[in-house]
Amino acid sequence: MGNSLYGPLDDPATDAGFTEAPPRMGFFTDTSVCIGCKACEVACKEWNAVPEDGFNLLGQSYDNTGGLSANSWRHVAFVEQPAPAHVDALTEAGTQFLGMPLSDLPGRVTDAPRTDFRWLMMSNVCKHCTHAGCLDVCPTGALFRTEFGTVVVQDDICNGCGYCISGCPYGVIDRREDDGRAWKCTLCYDRIGDGLTPACAKACPTESIQFGELDELRTRAAERVAKLHEDGVTEARLYGNDPDDGVGGDGAFFLLLDEPEVYGLPPDPHVPTRDLVKMWKKAGLAALSMVATAVVVFAGRSK
Amino acid sequence: MIVGVRTWIEGWPVYRQLTGTDPLGRGAAAQSPKSRALTARTETADRVAKSVCPYCAVGCGQRIFVKDEKIVQIEGDPDSPVSRGRLCPKGSASLSLVTSDRRQQKVLYRRPYATDWEELDLETAMDMITDRVLAAREATWQDTDADGRVLNRTLGISSLGGATLDNEENYLIKKLFTAIGAIQIENQARI
Amino acid sequence: MQDLANADCIVIQGSNMAEAHPVGFQWVVEAKKRGAKVIHVDPRFTRTSALAHSYVPVRAGADIAFLGGVINYILSNEKDFREYVLAYTNASMIVSDRFQDTEDLDGLFSGFNPETNTYDGASWMYSGCEDSGRSHTQAHADRETAAGLEYESHGASVPGDLPQDPTLQNPRCVYQILKRHYARYTPEVVERVCGVPQEQFLEVCEAWTANSGRERTTALVYSVGWTQHSVGVQYIRTGAIVQLLLGNMGRPGGGVMALRGHASIQGSTDIPTLFNLLPGYLPMPHYTHHPTFAKWVDGMRNPGQKGFWSNAESYAASFLKAYFGDAATAENDWGYGWMPRLTGDHGTYQQVLDMIDGKIKGYFLLGQNPAVGSAHGRAQRLGMANLDWLVVRDLYMIESATFWKNGPEIATGEITTEQCKTEVFFMPAASHAEKEGTFTQTQRMLQWREKAVDPPGDARSELWFFYHLGRRIRERLAGSTLPRDRGVQALTWDYPVIGERGDEPDAEAVLKEINGYDLTSGQLLSTFGQMKPDGSTSGGCWIYTGVFADGVNQAARRKPGREQNYVAGEWGWAWPANRRILYNRASADPEGNPWSERKRYVWWDAQKDEWAGEDVPDFEKKKPPSYRPPEGAVGVAAISGDDAFIMQADGKGWLFAPIGLIDGPMPTHYEPAESPMRNPLYGQQANPTRKVYNRPDNPTNPSPPEQHSEVFPYVFSTSRLTEHHTAGGMSRQLAYLSELQPEMFVEVSPELAAERGLEHLGWAHIITARAAIEAKVLVTERLVPLRIEGRRVHQLWMPYHWGGEGLVTGDSANDLFGIVLDPNVLIQESKVGTCDIQPGRRPTGPDLLRYVQGYLDRAGLGPDHHPPIVTARDTDDGE
Repeated sequence: MGNSLYGPLDDPATDAGFTEAPPRMGFFTDTSVCIGCKACEVACKEWNAVPEDGFNLLGQSYDNTGGLSANSWRHVAFVEQPAPAHVDALTEAGTQFLGMPLSDLPGRVTDAPRTDFRWLMMSNVCKHCTHAGCLDVCPTGALFRTEFGTVVVQDDICNGCGYCISGCPYGVIDRREDDGRAWKCTLCYDRIGDGLTPACAKACPTESIQFGELDELRTRAAERVAKLHEDGVTEARLYGNDPDDGVGGDGAFFLLLDEPEVYGLPPDPHVPTRDLVKMWKKAGLAALSMVATAVVVFAGRSK
Repeated sequence: MIVGVRTWIEGWPVYRQLTGTDPLGRGAAAQSPKSRALTARTETADRVAKSVCPYCAVGCGQRIFVKDEKIVQIEGDPDSPVSRGRLCPKGSASLSLVTSDRRQQKVLYRRPYATDWEELDLETAMDMITDRVLAAREATWQDTDADGRVLNRTLGISSLGGATLDNEENYLIKKLFTAIGAIQIENQARI
Repeated sequence: MQDLANADCIVIQGSNMAEAHPVGFQWVVEAKKRGAKVIHVDPRFTRTSALAHSYVPVRAGADIAFLGGVINYILSNEKDFREYVLAYTNASMIVSDRFQDTEDLDGLFSGFNPETNTYDGASWMYSGCEDSGRSHTQAHADRETAAGLEYESHGASVPGDLPQDPTLQNPRCVYQILKRHYARYTPEVVERVCGVPQEQFLEVCEAWTANSGRERTTALVYSVGWTQHSVGVQYIRTGAIVQLLLGNMGRPGGGVMALRGHASIQGSTDIPTLFNLLPGYLPMPHYTHHPTFAKWVDGMRNPGQKGFWSNAESYAASFLKAYFGDAATAENDWGYGWMPRLTGDHGTYQQVLDMIDGKIKGYFLLGQNPAVGSAHGRAQRLGMANLDWLVVRDLYMIESATFWKNGPEIATGEITTEQCKTEVFFMPAASHAEKEGTFTQTQRMLQWREKAVDPPGDARSELWFFYHLGRRIRERLAGSTLPRDRGVQALTWDYPVIGERGDEPDAEAVLKEINGYDLTSGQLLSTFGQMKPDGSTSGGCWIYTGVFADGVNQAARRKPGREQNYVAGEWGWAWPANRRILYNRASADPEGNPWSERKRYVWWDAQKDEWAGEDVPDFEKKKPPSYRPPEGAVGVAAISGDDAFIMQADGKGWLFAPIGLIDGPMPTHYEPAESPMRNPLYGQQANPTRKVYNRPDNPTNPSPPEQHSEVFPYVFSTSRLTEHHTAGGMSRQLAYLSELQPEMFVEVSPELAAERGLEHLGWAHIITARAAIEAKVLVTERLVPLRIEGRRVHQLWMPYHWGGEGLVTGDSANDLFGIVLDPNVLIQESKVGTCDIQPGRRPTGPDLLRYVQGYLDRAGLGPDHHPPIVTARDTDDGE
């Protein structure tokens, strides 16, 4: 079974039974050119008919969406903070955690001297993990790995059990209150199946959201980081691109200009099945034989 | 409808999981028939109209997809050298703008001193507006000023247009109003 | 737009491009990726600033001081692109010895008349032709009729061939006058006036000049952050002067990019629904200036003038032929007598005040929502409540259609529904997807839209509405023998009708009429050069002639961008003559060679004996650079082979405008009409020629040298959010946009929040002499208090999208503004004003009126009190 549940995995689609799988597709979100326009949020909702998510002024800078949810599959985070040149000095003085919802000002630092400003924006989305916690714990087969290596909830299967919600190390997948089922980004499974670009990436005015073959995106991202470093933007770094990380690398990864926590991203996400692998070795065989028995019984009764 | 048992079994995820290439049942074996049949609604549209975004003045190209005489999607036109297929949040909301059930589709009429709207037939409304334009013009017409200089106009009628009007529309608006002597014709372009 | 990617530096000032034009901003991002430096100068750190290399906070209303400082830096360090300046600008022209500067007259130019608050422009003229200057009376009429707008397509007129000093040493040459005028705009002064630290200011100057010249170009981007001021036109002039001095005009990656705010606002100016203009910037006839066709035409072409405007008679006659067809004859001056005449200011703000005064009976609102979108919302609504009838055509129910039952004045008791006589017709409109036609986008490009579906229910296009309204009116008047009805009867109105219903006028037929015909052959014209003054051609808008060149709808062309060069001349059609960069002759040197390989654009091809390049050359194709006009030449023949600015009367880019502007030949820093500051540079506080409406219902907050400016101690500005559109009619009705910005808010700095006790996400209310409105508070370090003249000046900001209708509602920021206008184009000052802000919600009901009255009382603003216009030292008692 190789690294089916944890660790680097060349091609999750093949691993999931697609023998002639097309290249793995994903998103590279380059936050260094994000203008925070939220076209991604709207284009996603228009295409996928996602319900509106409430009219609430949150005061988290210009973010009134609050986070990814069943009704928001793209979410643009806004972080107001002092310029990087001053970050070190301010950290000494005790920087607040900036990424998550604050009752006070985003980016405010107590007693900090006034400096130039940085306003970071990042369009967050489901990571389409190589090892997807949501998928691995889904008992109904509603969540599945597509031939593109993406992770999709099938609304015709989902029974709303909600296991997936605790299975996601990023807190992405969520149940919709009215129908109880789980919803999240499908990486526009219907569109990419027809060779189209997902709605968010299609709309993105500045190519902050790029869609493509994951291998190529990873190369492009590495070049972009190198270029930014060359231009003096030394704080540029990639997030979710590493196949050796706790989820085997993300199908949707990011170029960030600060620590992931600043954007509300977990610094070291890992799939719950990392621990499951050890257990699986002991219990796996028994579980499989139980399922096999069930198949035989069910099939026999239907005759 | 009778589904053969074999087909039925083979369509069943766990069977596929156990016998196929997807032993953990998380991929090919779990894919539902609905998922397999998915296709983008832009691909099944009857026609596509080449259009332009109605919001700001960048002039982004739009493609409007129509199925059964209903607009099913509006997205950026990648051919446009100005926008290269991209749209901002407002442009991306064009589908809602055009298809929202909040759009007004009936002529509404508020009588003087009335506390609410009532519905009015379109043709009747057009006739009533024609009456009022002609009456206002008649009541406020100026042939000349006190010194006999030609004025040839009415100051009884005003108009203020938005800047989402087409050139052809602006042309007819200005032409008609000028011909009837109404000069107080303005536009968002002043604002 | 895509040409921005060629810039080596982009200065964005008076524009929040990333938020208001996000898709256009992709080209700034592209330029940045190619190594360009991006600078944003703005009162507030916005999403544009976030992507810029440098953000420069500036006091709202101080842009001329900032840009004047840039001009001073260029001239005092001799950083101008001298060859370009000598060849293509009027730097060497000699100005009248009667000219006196604001530096001599404490903020006024020579020729000021305090009776009319206008200038006699004779002393601004080039030496030897003072008689061609504008008189007080003309200047007064020009202001009333926003005559500055006529120069959108061409320069104002001056005689050709006048004395020059190519050494630029003559103290009366434009170059030296400019240098003296801006000598005081030093980095220290910029810091004092604008609040910009000197180092930061010099960084901008260095980047701008280092990225200009033969090899490099800088682009300047502005939007209504510059236009909506009482000195708005002069803001833009200042930017243009910088770009001319640095040789950036007419060149790739250069120029001044005006980012306009609405899909066809450029079209609404070209084919204007504006009171003072006819299509193609022909002036609406004025009762004294244009009593006859001949006078009207002479007013445009100035006999003897050089340039394309000398053919004005052809444009004018063709226009009248388009309107009146066969009824327009040489004998009746093409029907000129049927045209109505202006007598003065008939602009939208004058109209609203006339509505309040009961002078106007009926009002059409065509996709426009002045109750939210125009300055002084209360005046707008009270005006509408005093009409006989109102027709509102829109997609959604808007505030301007419901003022009689839901407006704020219902709560205050100023409008009582049962006593409000206005009869209101709400006519649902067709959307952009439900009709065909052209929009003209911000760079003068027309794009044809195909119709996708029919409009729903009773919804109809404006084309339908006006065609059928006109048809009905013409039927009613068909038998009339009154002279006044003759023009309506003669009007060409026989448009073919098409569509499912069989009653939709054919937009393409209208566009053909706009393009114009050769009436003898029936062929569509291909260029305005084919227009004749003898009635043998027609054309509804001469600058649009060519949109149907070769009988093809050029605006409908959609050759994919990737299949052509970046200029993409085969996508849509741009006026004039499909040129994408105006004045692109200036991209080549006087001999016709590119200034540099790197910045090649248009050049003289000596092999073929014609102009060639990436774009359509903005020059006569076969006129060589060496061409010099013969003695006595006029019109197009008088344009020399190196006169790059062909629509200007002298072929030159104007560093100094001897005519054409009401408020002065050079931009000068004036304070906004409402300012907490005394003008640090001159006794003259604000633009002395600004258009004011002194009425009790239009009070102005006091500014120094008047007393009590401390009652309204803060500077405020308003603008757009990415997530909404103007007055909200196309965004607050949509859930997907409303949820992104669901509430009206005000942004304040932490310092101001502390000073006034404002809490993040708490309520505050903002007060001016016109209104008090409430908003949620966003405390943000994106706003910084500025140090101006040793004082701390707080600025606060609000979006202006909210009103009472829609999915998300709130108070309207435009209620805060009064009505004071730029004198050249009559656009309101709505980017800056003074206010107070207090924590908590505003009072409601009649208490609100009493609350605002309290401020008026404390500010000493009785009903007849209005600020002094002239405060220059001679007349200034306050100093």
